[in-house]
Amino acid sequence: MIRVQREDFDPAAELAKLAAGRTDIGGIASFVGLVRGAADGVRAMTLEHYPGMTERQLAAIEVEARRRWPLLEVAIVHRHGRLLPGERIVLVAVAAAHRGEAFAACEFLTDWLKTQAPFWKLEEGADGAHWIEARAADEGRAGRWAKRS
Amino acid sequence: MKLLYFAWLRSRIGVAEEEVAPPAEVATVAQLIAWLATRSPGHAAAFANPKLIRAAVNQDYADVGHAVRASDEVAFFPPVTGGRGP
Repeated sequence: MIRVQREDFDPAAELAKLAAGRTDIGGIASFVGLVRGAADGVRAMTLEHYPGMTERQLAAIEVEARRRWPLLEVAIVHRHGRLLPGERIVLVAVAAAHRGEAFAACEFLTDWLKTQAPFWKLEEGADGAHWIEARAADEGRAGRWAKRS
Repeated sequence: MKLLYFAWLRSRIGVAEEEVAPPAEVATVAQLIAWLATRSPGHAAAFANPKLIRAAVNQDYADVGHAVRASDEVAFFPPVTGGRGP
């Protein structure tokens, strides 16, 4: 299940939906990303995305995770628009029969989101607004992905 | 050809999207970048350093050698920053 939306989401409700009506799930691993504020001097962050392509790329990332691990359910909810420190940005949740694949796939999905989902961050700080540049490590991974397609 | 710009490319060019009709010899992403850079001072600023730019053709990531056609949707943007992260 993949959603890209402006509105907030309820992590508990999303996790409950993943497991609803099933008895084969042994565990759900989840990651909730938040806007980190105070220490970084960030006052707000605007997430821009590429409607259409974002959903396609998130779906491709899910397919890749399912290829690597036997997963029962995957949920990715990603917000866009202007967000304040402390607000939720993203939920990644993975349901599997055993915890090993749930933890591993959740980390994999979260890492890949950072380099392959078309989102860009405009940060508002004390010195005005500026676009966040990709980190060197992310840059290398994005380049590798671009060559593959 | 439909072009889309994101993040600072959009800011520098001044529009989020535009329709263009490049000449026939523009056949790849790299040639499209070179041609677009001549269209306005904003385009020139946005495309000054192609190394900082990523592209997608029809919503899939594409390298600079990827073919482009009149019917394509081509997007230009900086490397993605889905997270600055811990």
